[in-house]
Amino acid sequence: MSKDDIRRIVIEEIANIAPDTEPGAIDPGSDIREALDLDSMDVLNIIIALHTRLRVDIPEADYPLLLTIAGATDYLAAKLAG
Amino acid sequence: MSEFRMPSLGADMEDGVLVEWLKQAGEAVSRGDIIAVVETQKGAIEIEIFEAGTIERLLVDPGTRVPVGAPLALVRGAGEPARPAVAEATPPMPKSEPAPAPAAPSRPVARPIEARPSEATRDRTSPAARQLAAVRGIALAGLVGTGPGGAIVRADVERALAKTGAPTPRRGIDPGEMRKAIAAAMARSNREIPHYYLTHQVDVTATLAWLEALNAGRQPPERLLLAPLLLKAVALTLRDFPEFNGHFVENAFRPSAEIHIGTAIAIRGGGLVAPAIHDANIKHLDELMAALRDLVARTRAGRLRSSELFDPTVTVSSLGDRGVDGLLGVIYPPQVALVGFGTPASRPWVVGDRIGPRMVMTASLAADHRASDGHRGALFLLAVARRLQEPEGL
Repeated sequence: MSKDDIRRIVIEEIANIAPDTEPGAIDPGSDIREALDLDSMDVLNIIIALHTRLRVDIPEADYPLLLTIAGATDYLAAKLAG
Repeated sequence: MSEFRMPSLGADMEDGVLVEWLKQAGEAVSRGDIIAVVETQKGAIEIEIFEAGTIERLLVDPGTRVPVGAPLALVRGAGEPARPAVAEATPPMPKSEPAPAPAAPSRPVARPIEARPSEATRDRTSPAARQLAAVRGIALAGLVGTGPGGAIVRADVERALAKTGAPTPRRGIDPGEMRKAIAAAMARSNREIPHYYLTHQVDVTATLAWLEALNAGRQPPERLLLAPLLLKAVALTLRDFPEFNGHFVENAFRPSAEIHIGTAIAIRGGGLVAPAIHDANIKHLDELMAALRDLVARTRAGRLRSSELFDPTVTVSSLGDRGVDGLLGVIYPPQVALVGFGTPASRPWVVGDRIGPRMVMTASLAADHRASDGHRGALFLLAVARRLQEPEGL
């Protein structure tokens, strides 16, 4: 799976959890909680969706690494490669 | 024969628009069935029935605005024989209590009733545009997309709305209407309820560590947030403090035997609803988490059920992990208390004879002075704090 594929999946899953936002339109380096007004339930639901779809382990301690679209893409790419 | 009436879904609801019947004349219904969808200021609400029987006749056509308490349908009770049509001309007996008796309803699966756009349209439409179009009743098929690759984005729907002169909302939440509902309820609260406020700083270091350890052994779908712990601590404590759980109606406080916690849920872009999690005191943390997840999703989609709106007995408002230290709530009438939780933050704290960093959260109580006094309020807040600090007991 290429990084572009992963980025597309990240954006898609954020949009599924928060359908009233446009995650594709924000700076990929910005904190999605600030940029899209997401709360802790939204963030957990996004983590669940990515965990289920890509079958990667995401410990709670790693959540801060997934709070930007770029960060989540890098994190998941590394996990999938490893 | 009994009448199924437009329920009251909040302190200041006057009427609602019947959007859709989900049961037809002749169909059998059982307790807890969703039989209609009604458009209110809080979005499209699924209306449940609280008796078993057969729908004899539907009295209102979709699209009709119906006042609270007015009959929507005639229901023949189980075992009651069908009557000849002539007998039904008798005017129905007026009842004083419009709302059906609250009771733990069965939980039918929410069924999607939104018209789905074709797959092709879906692919080229941003979710934000799709949601706005659904809420405001705009057909996506007729729109010209100006987004990447000709995709329809929110701005395109807004342009279409401006052209049509903004039709009446059909589904989901209309922010303007919701603002009116909040304004009416909160103005009434400040006018009628003599509030008093108490705050208490709680060291939640051990609570958060307990939660972290629990979640470390779980996969994401089973993990808990802090919110269900807060709900459970409040619910268990209310058993010993009945004067904070119930309703103030007709100049008297009526305590409630059940503990239904109205859970304040923010709507992105503005607005707030506090639907009930029923019997929170007897639900496990996992059940509370599942109930909360379901409620947040349906609140934001504007798909709540009638029982969730008409019977909360107390409200809990939590600022989550991106807020400020604390909040002083405005009670949702006719309730008599609102428990608030601020965002936990690392603060210098005295433990024994040393000062060190601890995670501290400010808990607050806004209570109705007609139903309780500050002394009991303080004891209540202390008891909530103690329960939170012993999470294994929740």
